[in-house]
Amino acid sequence: MEEFIGAWTARHGKSRDRLLPLLHAIQEEAGYVDDAIVPAIAQALNLSRADVHGVITFYHDFRRAAPGRHVVKLCRAESCQARGGAAIEEAAARRLGVPMGETRVDGQLSLEPVYCLGLCAIGPNALVDGRPVARVDAAALERIAAEVAA
Amino acid sequence: MTRVFISRDMASIALGADDVARAFVQAGCEVVRTGSRGLFSIEPLVEVETDEGRIGYGPVGPQDVAAVLDGTHGARLGRVDDLPFFAGQQRFTFARCGVIDPLSLADYAAHGGWRGLEKARGQSPQMVVDAVKASGLRGRGGAGFPTGIKWQTVLDASAATKFIVCNADEGDSGTFADRMLMEGDPFCLIEGMAIAAHAVGAGHGYIYIRSEYPFSIAAMRAAIDASAHIVAPFTLEVREGAGAYVCGEETALLDSIEGKRGQVRAKPPLPALQGLFGQPTVINNVLSLAAVPFILAEGAEAYAAVGFGRSRGTMPVQLAGNVKHGGLYEIGFGITLGELVNGIGGGTASGRPVRAVQVGGPLGAYFPPGMFHLPFDYEAFAQAGGLIGHAGITVFDDSVDMAHMARFAMEFCAAESCGKCTPCRIGSTRGVEIMDRIIAARVPAQSGAGGQIAPSRNGVLEKALYSRAPDRIDVSVEAQTRLLRDLADTMKYGSLCALGGFTPYPVLSALDHFPEDFGAPAPIKEAAE
Ligand SMILES: Cc1cc2nc3c(=O)[nH]c(=O)nc-3n(C[C@H](O)[C@H](O)[C@H](O)COP(=O)(O)O)c2cc1C
Ligand code: SF4
Ligand code: FES
Repeated sequence: MEEFIGAWTARHGKSRDRLLPLLHAIQEEAGYVDDAIVPAIAQALNLSRADVHGVITFYHDFRRAAPGRHVVKLCRAESCQARGGAAIEEAAARRLGVPMGETRVDGQLSLEPVYCLGLCAIGPNALVDGRPVARVDAAALERIAAEVAA
Repeated sequence: MTRVFISRDMASIALGADDVARAFVQAGCEVVRTGSRGLFSIEPLVEVETDEGRIGYGPVGPQDVAAVLDGTHGARLGRVDDLPFFAGQQRFTFARCGVIDPLSLADYAAHGGWRGLEKARGQSPQMVVDAVKASGLRGRGGAGFPTGIKWQTVLDASAATKFIVCNADEGDSGTFADRMLMEGDPFCLIEGMAIAAHAVGAGHGYIYIRSEYPFSIAAMRAAIDASAHIVAPFTLEVREGAGAYVCGEETALLDSIEGKRGQVRAKPPLPALQGLFGQPTVINNVLSLAAVPFILAEGAEAYAAVGFGRSRGTMPVQLAGNVKHGGLYEIGFGITLGELVNGIGGGTASGRPVRAVQVGGPLGAYFPPGMFHLPFDYEAFAQAGGLIGHAGITVFDDSVDMAHMARFAMEFCAAESCGKCTPCRIGSTRGVEIMDRIIAARVPAQSGAGGQIAPSRNGVLEKALYSRAPDRIDVSVEAQTRLLRDLADTMKYGSLCALGGFTPYPVLSALDHFPEDFGAPAPIKEAAE
């Protein structure tokens, strides 16, 4: 990971405002931002470790533990709730075998909350490994379950 | 070869537009991927180019190719522009969205693109600022601050470096206009930013887009590359957010671009004077900036001619939630809430009665149908105890539990608080607890409490160990409701920004308009005070 950080900063610079883009790049590469690489990030951008830790923990996007092989994000915001989102959230947790906000013990998938995907007239909505899915119902849940079983 | 038009908007793709497009390519058609027209009940929508214009079919699936191409498909809509949903609109900002290939410079120019920028460049910066002032344009991000006055402040500031920042954080549930514009007509936003740069003397701009919008990020990056030679020497870059709602607040957004925790800054200094990296900065919402090309090209009077009171021009209203014809409806201010929800939206998707609408996202008030006479206007909504915000309308049917929605508002505030001030950071958590007690207490038959609170005995909570609170807490609905109002008051007047300050809007409007959901006996309006 140190090499990755070195190569990234060589290309994109090491000013303070590079921190969020760098964290996004690390997460895209590794799936999460390990606490163990915080010192390397801090050193690369000439920041304190506390500063970097503070930024990582502030933003919901940055994970500090490896996610499952698949990530299902389900919208919990008002417009999706108005279209039966709460019931679908419960059904999804049951069908996929993992509570909201957690990674299944076998590491196969994570179920994560998201607050609005900008698809608010066609909810409840989900992102399945980054692919948007609208009008999630029981049948759609079956398709998602099959997809993430692979 | 038959030319067909299919949207590549994220919503259309979520409804299956990619599969449909693939099927038409396989059938030998030339497929042009556009933005979305903005009516989701007819998507995936296919428009076929014919001698009589573009004929729409929708919703269609990949199995419908043959029937669409021979014109026999049952979901034939005719010319999309003639559908009632579109015929009644005044599309100033979204004129091209859904019509053109979003990344085709030729299409953009052929449909009136860059005329505003050309005009602006032929004028002095002051003349451009004056035009924006004369248009009456107010910030579409929520606060409704006059855009021209903001630009004037930045123009008057003397500094070697100034910035244009576009706020594309669009975190409000029920809103998607920024997303649709960035995916359907990205050059329009770029043109607006280039005009702003000319008007205030800025050299570089940032577009801060929330990470939940990957399609917008890709579209804007591609559009920036494609149009770099046109807007030069002005330069632009996209910054990706990281899932923090509060980063939509302008000063938190600036801190986020600077690589910090997205915490709200105290004002003054105004961002217009000391904004990004301490330099004078124009920060505007996507829709504010995207309205500017029209204003320059068609004239400030043409824009200001439409509207209501001090709300001039058009608003791209977003109909969302449990609504039959959800989508984007751009119209002059002044249309009533009822016309929007029942007339254009067609009521609920579930077919049940409308019980409540939330206007303006998670910080906006809930209104009952009894208030549907309200005209869409900044002042009228403020007077009614609410706000227009980013013009998202979320419709709920009669199955909604308004106490749960009030609880959610507090929960959301607790999750998204930047942590700077106590009424917001701590008050929101206390608010969730109060709502849990109200929800547990409102049904007398329910013995014990809902999972979240300490076990109660005879309607009183045991004093927590080491607590300095009075020996016993009265957990009756009446006492907790009093406490809720008191807390809302503290949040409203003791918070630095609108996250903590406006969370009381959804909470108190739910309580005032739907007291029966809070265990109050009768919905008597006068008892609210
Ligand atoms: C908690 C919070 C969230 C906000 N989110 C957004 C947002 O997502 N998009 C936006 O344009 N403005 C948002 N705003 C308003 C901005 O602070 C600011 O008023 C706006 O960017 C100014 O641009 P405008 O004058 O063009 O509206 C938010 C404000 C607060 C307090
Ligand atoms: S009101 Fe909340 S979000 Fe706003 S500055 Fe205070 S703590 Fe931060
Ligand atoms: S509320 Fe779920 S997509 Fe907007």
